[in-house]
Amino acid sequence: MIDSTNTSNVSSIFSNVKSKFSGEKMNKLAMSFILPALGLAFFVLLWSLVAKNIDTSLGQFPGPSQVASQASALWQEHKAESEKAEAFYKRQEDRNAKRLAQDPSYEPKVRVYTGAPTFFAQIWTSLYTVSVGFVLASIIAVPLGIACGLSKSVYAALNPIIQIFKPVSPLAWLPLVTMVVSAVYVSDDPLFSKSFVTSAFTVALCCLWPTLINTAVGVSSIDKDLINVSKVLRLKPLAHVITIVLPSSIPMIFTGLRLSLGIGWMVLIAAEMLAQNPGLGKFVWDEFQNGSSNSLARIMVAVITIGIIGFLLDRLMLLLQQKVSWDKSVELR
Amino acid sequence: MDIDNHLELTQVGMKFPTPKGDFVALTDVNLRIKKGEFISLIGHSGCGKSTVLNVVAGLYKATDGGVILDNTEVNEPGPERAVVFQNHSLLPWLSVYKNVELAVKQTRQGRNKAEMRAWVEHNLELVHMTHAKDKLPSEISGGMKQRVGIARALAMEPKVLLMDEPFGALDALTRAHLQDSLMEIHAELGNTVIMITHDVDEAVLLSDRIVMMTNGPSATIGEILDVDLPRPRNRITLADDPAYNHCRHEVLSFLYEKQRKVENVADHQKKRESATEEKAKDASSAA
Repeated sequence: MIDSTNTSNVSSIFSNVKSKFSGEKMNKLAMSFILPALGLAFFVLLWSLVAKNIDTSLGQFPGPSQVASQASALWQEHKAESEKAEAFYKRQEDRNAKRLAQDPSYEPKVRVYTGAPTFFAQIWTSLYTVSVGFVLASIIAVPLGIACGLSKSVYAALNPIIQIFKPVSPLAWLPLVTMVVSAVYVSDDPLFSKSFVTSAFTVALCCLWPTLINTAVGVSSIDKDLINVSKVLRLKPLAHVITIVLPSSIPMIFTGLRLSLGIGWMVLIAAEMLAQNPGLGKFVWDEFQNGSSNSLARIMVAVITIGIIGFLLDRLMLLLQQKVSWDKSVELR
Repeated sequence: MDIDNHLELTQVGMKFPTPKGDFVALTDVNLRIKKGEFISLIGHSGCGKSTVLNVVAGLYKATDGGVILDNTEVNEPGPERAVVFQNHSLLPWLSVYKNVELAVKQTRQGRNKAEMRAWVEHNLELVHMTHAKDKLPSEISGGMKQRVGIARALAMEPKVLLMDEPFGALDALTRAHLQDSLMEIHAELGNTVIMITHDVDEAVLLSDRIVMMTNGPSATIGEILDVDLPRPRNRITLADDPAYNHCRHEVLSFLYEKQRKVENVADHQKKRESATEEKAKDASSAA
């Protein structure tokens, strides 16, 4: 196990390097390419050095090279698995065609390939689950936030609920959500699996709050003169929201959405571990339970993947904000 | 319709509740305004000019007395009392054209698309802003923004045009330019106008009557000066006009002799200390 002093050492050395360099006048290339590359290289070096000195019951802590080889192994497994799936469907098709030729009244049976999901399939499951949870949360949070921002009474009524539920960990919600989903979501031919519904709901419950709060703040801080304009024009409530409220609070709404998506992605991994939704969380959990000599390296691949996807999701929201926002001159970060 | 009693302010008073008890911003404001008249409200900061304007606009509800426009009591804001705000208040995400169009859409449901378009363009023409109609407010100068603000207000075809220090934030040359434009528009359309100003020259040049307000708290109308100068008025010829200079003199002596702001250091200190808690009240009564 890596102990905490090691990680803090890493980060302090890291920040030292950064401060040393930022004091000097750097050209743009250095700032945008050389320094990040240097930082990354330094981190990888330190990682490999530290990793060698940590022995666990599953062997040595994986260094960069083991992780890289496991990443390619996961890719090979994915390729092999999809070839298998392809072959399965081909066989099935051939078989059905043969039967049909013999007996035109035969109704072909189509079965779904039931191999184990690969790492990449699990990434997709995770992305899909987090999107559903996030969209669900946003659909609730944005209108509710607007209502809170427009009316002090609504805000006063909802504020205690928001404040109490905001800090609740997803792990506390999960057993409740699981039980409720099993009790309520009963169907012979379910469209979604229970583990998916549980994970998505847990994500939604946890990423509701940043959007709600930021939207409420954004709406309540609209320029008073613009509200007066709306009053003089006698805009109806819906027109007021669409022409004045939404455009003015877009930046704050998006700040909330970005925070929410970040939280949702973090929560999802934990939720998938416990709900056994076949995503990245389950991958990490299964590898941990599996406990082979490759497990830690494979978990490390998942950790890096989770980080990169989280970063990309945030960039995606930023692009969306740039697209939607009227003020193109504002620097978005 | 009684043309002399177009807009009536009767015993208008305004109190703002504060933790230390009511703050009386205005008392006994009585004013009758004729149709088409151009009225200026002038007075020192904090004398409640903006409060008067906001009461007429319907953005504030007077705690005493009331306002009657064409025999109807003013209870809420509406486009027949269009407001030109001090800081233009254009919607920054809409183009110049769209800003005016919003007002047109709100006030004239009966117009068809082509007529609406023509009306928007007519009002932009009136303030000489047709050339920038597709620009965003952030892409045009302060004077231009204020022109668009005026066009938006005019497009509502208001009975009364309320202007809250419309040119206060502009430089002297731009201001003179806009004053000339405003005189032109007023001559053409004959709207009733109430304008708040700090500028004595502006008040005399533009107004039919200048309403001078006493210092607050409990501000009220001190004097009303008729400006009997023939229109159209020209700022250069008026500069040597004895009648013009007499009017200027009257306003100046009201502001700096009769209502001189006596503010000694101790008072000033006190004011600064209480400024934070009375921020809400100040914001509403400051002119």
